[in-house]
Parts: sequence; structure tokens; C-alpha cells
Amino acid sequence: MNSPGTPATAEPIIRVRNLRKIYRLGEVDVQALRGVDLAVGRGEFLAMVGPSGSGKSTLFHILGGLLAPTDGEIWIDGENLRQMSDSGRTLLRQQKIGFVFQKYNLLPTLTADDNIEVARYFAGREGPRDPAFVEVLELLGIRGRLHHKPRALSGGEQQRVAIARALVNHPAILLADEPTGNLDTENSNAVLGLLRKVNQTVGQTILMITHNPEAAAFADRTVSIRDGRLQG
Amino acid sequence: MINKIVIENLKSRWVRTLLSALIIGVQVTSILTLLGLSRGMLQDQATRTRALGADIFLKPGSSTPLSFTSAPVSEKFLPLVAKQPHVKQAVGVLFVPAMLLTPVSGLDLAEFTRFNGGFKFIKGGPFRGPDDLIVDDYYARQNNVHVGDKLKLINHLWQVSGIVESGRLGRLVVPLRTLQRLSGNSDPPRITQIFVKLDDPAYTPQAVDQLNEAMQGNLQAVSMEAFVSQYSINNIPVLKSFIWVVNVLAIFVGFLVVFLSMYTAVIERTREIGIMKALGARPRTILNLLIRETVLLAAAGSLLGIVMSFGAQALIMTLVPASLQVVQVPDWWGYASLIAVTGALLGAIYPGLKAARQDAIEALAYE
Repeated sequence: MNSPGTPATAEPIIRVRNLRKIYRLGEVDVQALRGVDLAVGRGEFLAMVGPSGSGKSTLFHILGGLLAPTDGEIWIDGENLRQMSDSGRTLLRQQKIGFVFQKYNLLPTLTADDNIEVARYFAGREGPRDPAFVEVLELLGIRGRLHHKPRALSGGEQQRVAIARALVNHPAILLADEPTGNLDTENSNAVLGLLRKVNQTVGQTILMITHNPEAAAFADRTVSIRDGRLQG
Repeated sequence: MINKIVIENLKSRWVRTLLSALIIGVQVTSILTLLGLSRGMLQDQATRTRALGADIFLKPGSSTPLSFTSAPVSEKFLPLVAKQPHVKQAVGVLFVPAMLLTPVSGLDLAEFTRFNGGFKFIKGGPFRGPDDLIVDDYYARQNNVHVGDKLKLINHLWQVSGIVESGRLGRLVVPLRTLQRLSGNSDPPRITQIFVKLDDPAYTPQAVDQLNEAMQGNLQAVSMEAFVSQYSINNIPVLKSFIWVVNVLAIFVGFLVVFLSMYTAVIERTREIGIMKALGARPRTILNLLIRETVLLAAAGSLLGIVMSFGAQALIMTLVPASLQVVQVPDWWGYASLIAVTGALLGAIYPGLKAARQDAIEALAYE
């Protein structure tokens, strides 16, 4: 029988072994992750559910290369994160990770189109967008809204732009942190449906963090996290 | 793309952008106007000195090179000067400080007219009595003075007999004897300077030597050409130092303005910086963004400053043309802009490094 973090598919794109993260708060050590083992298969849509303080955001940040772990092993698309310097993790974020946040996190001064373009610019990509991404834009249904600034877009539209931005560099993994946390039910279902569709259409690996079981139901597989450990 | 981000940032916070550029502009204007004033005042004095039509002038041996209002010497030197070879005519003038930057000149109007053709009257005419006063058109305009008006200067009431074209000698001219009496220079009669006209200007160098020998150190002869060429900022150490101080202050002001502006911009954009870092922006990319924004602000400020310096010039020349003369100093536009950019870049260093070192997770959590 598989452990809670093991996928059904072979050759994982994310492999985490005995991952630990300890925060030093004043003179107190806080153990956010207490030995997490996880494997996510290529093309898998995994949901991670857990209450506040369970360590899911810490795991999200470590997998996204925004935070260095204290101990353990992490492999993302064949690269060992433990051995990466700050600039190595920056490179990882440019090329292998796409982020979708609860608060959309679009740059308010730029149009939707420029918000997407800025991710390409940071990754050092220039020239016309590839046809595969144009298809993704079609799928997300925001082609007519690209010249608007975020303030002129609804929450659902902003989150679709954020998904487009996360996918523009064809990342190995799409990391989504409570992507429907700020949306009503209708928009939540639309966004989750789109994530599902992107996963199925282009085989995008997605790791979604949520505390909502209904959102988790859109994924292929769900793992739970509590007190810094994955649970069965 | 990076330029687009910079321009959109500047556009979206347009009030901050405009205010920062305006303050940088004021700093550039102050440098340009100060220099323009220094040069304008010196040029004006040089022009008016040149317009006297003299070949040589003599001043008390102890006076400073560019001072008109030095300690007077006895008038008895005047005939001695007039006797020297090649001297066609010599006139004495007494300068007495009346108000800031505007001395009163006392002279014998008939002698002066014979010397160089005299003044060109716009209104009124020469002195008719000992208490008459001639003013130039700049002074008349600035102080709203008309022919027949009474003016109190050096504790004495004068009546304006004429308004003359500006550009020759001082702005306020009164009869020599009256000024000597009022300023305690009548016993024996004293003057501040002697202007000399030669029968042939080609003899100027020899005449200067002869006069210096004859005056035995009591008066110092200088050719007008040499004297006027001294009207340069480089010959006035105090002015040079003052300009240095203003430039250093301008750099400091630019530093403070941009420091505050960029510091608040970085705080305000903490979350945006976090987003960019999450998207893979390197620290140097963030620093690059802020430096470009700073240079653009400083460039816009400099341009604004240059434009405003024309406004400052027009304002000064309209309101106080008699007290202050200002010229444009295009050769300093580049330096003043460089000073603005330097101050701005110094001000952007700390906020820029703060932004570049911003922790992405903390920045993303920033509300």
C-alpha cells in the first residue's frame, strides 16, 4: 500500500523525503514541518488539505523555492533543491514553477497582458508567444480582457490572468495556494474547472493547497497535512 | 518590459512623481539661477564699466580688485593724472553705498558728458540743482519712480530730474559736490575712482606704467580692458566657494528627496516586489528597476528645472531688474542635471538595496 504522499503514477516530478523546517522565533524553535515525505507524479493534480498552522504554506514556499528547508531532501523535475543557492532557487522559480495565489497578486500598474509578459521577461523569454500558450489563453477565456488593468477585472478574471501568468513559461509544476479563497462559489467552480482542464489538456502538474474539501475534490488525489506531517 | 514597468509605476503614482520631479527641478533651478545671477551681475557691471568709454581707471592702492566703493582719495590727484602724457581727460567719481548692491555715484555731469557723451535721457534731463538725482530706467521701473518724484537716499531728500537708459555707470547719479558733503568727503574733497581717456588708446600699456609711477602707490592704474576681464566668477573666491556650497547643498537636497520618495515607494510596493521575486526577478533586476526610475525622475526634474530657470529669470528681470541681473547659463545645464542625478542616485541606494534584499514571503504577506 502507498504512503499518504505517494502517487499512483511512476517517476515523480516532485520528490520530498524527510523534509523538516524549523523557525526560530525569539528563543523558541517552532517545528513547521516534522519529516514530510511526498511524491507527485508528472501530470498529476494533487490537492493538499489542512487547517491553518498545519505547515501547508511552509511546504508550498519550500517547494516554490521561496524558502530554504532546515533538513531533508527535495527533488523537483530532477533538480536537488537542497543544493541550490539563492540564485539557483530564483532560476527554479523562473523556469520550473508557476505560482497562483489566493489574492491573485497581479501587478496593479500593468495590464493583464503585461502581467503575463512580465513573467516571460523575468524568465528571459522574448518574441511571440508559442501556440500552446495561446491555446491556454483560449481555454481560460480571457483573451478579450487582456488590455485591462487588474482593477478593471473581476476576481474570477484576475485569477484566470494569474493562472495564465503561471503557465506562460510552461513550468514543470503549478503551485496554487488557496486559488479560490477569495472567490464566490460560481467563480470558484469555474477556476477549479479550468485548473482541471489545464491539467487534462496540457498534462500540467498541479499541487493545490486548500482547506476546502469541495475544491480538493477537483484533484486526482488529496493528501492531508496536520502538525507538520502528512496523514493517511 | 523593464522600462514599461518603470513608466507605469511613475504614471500610477503621478502625484509623487510630479512632486519629486518638481523638488529636483527646484534644486536645478536654484543652481542655474544662482550661477545666472553671479554671471549676470558681473556681466552687467562689466558692460556698464565698458560703456564709460575710459581707457584706464585709477583706484586707491589699498582697494580690492572689483570694489567700486573703496575708501576715497583726495581729489588733488585728478590734475596730476590729467598732466600725464597721452591723457586727454580725467574725471573723478565718488561711489557711496546707498542700498544693497546699488551705490550712489557722484559726478560732475558736464565733465562726464564731455568725457563720453553723457547719459541718454528717456525722460526729464540733467541736474538743475544740487539736490537733483538721475536714475536709470531699471531703477525707475523696479521702484516706480517718475521725473519730479522725491526720494530719500543717504538721509537726504533728492528730486528726480531725469531717467536715463541703463548701461552706463550706476543706477543712481547725483552731483559730486553734494555727495561729497553728505558722505563726509568734502574736506578735502575726495573721490573713489578716476577714469582716464587717452588721446590714442594704443598707448594704454605705456600710460598705465607712467601713471603708476607718478601716483607712487597712492593710486593704482589699471587698463579698462584688464579690469573688465576680471569680472569673472573665477576671480571672486567668495563667490566660487558660495557656488560650491550651493552645489553640495543641491546634491544633499536631491539625495534627501529621492531617498524619501524611493523609500516610501519601496514600502508602498513591498507586495509588488514580493510578486516580482516570486516570478523569478533577481535582486539586481529589482535594483535596476529602481535605478531606472530614479534616473528618469532626476532627468524629468532637471528638464523641469531648466524650464523653471527661464521663469525665474523672467521673474527677477521683471520685479527687481535694478537690484539683480540674471542671465541664462546653458553651459551649466549639463552640470546641474548631473548634480541632480548624482543626488538622486545616492538617495536611491539604500531603498534600492532594501527592495533588492526584500524577503519574498514576507513581502507577499504585506498588506
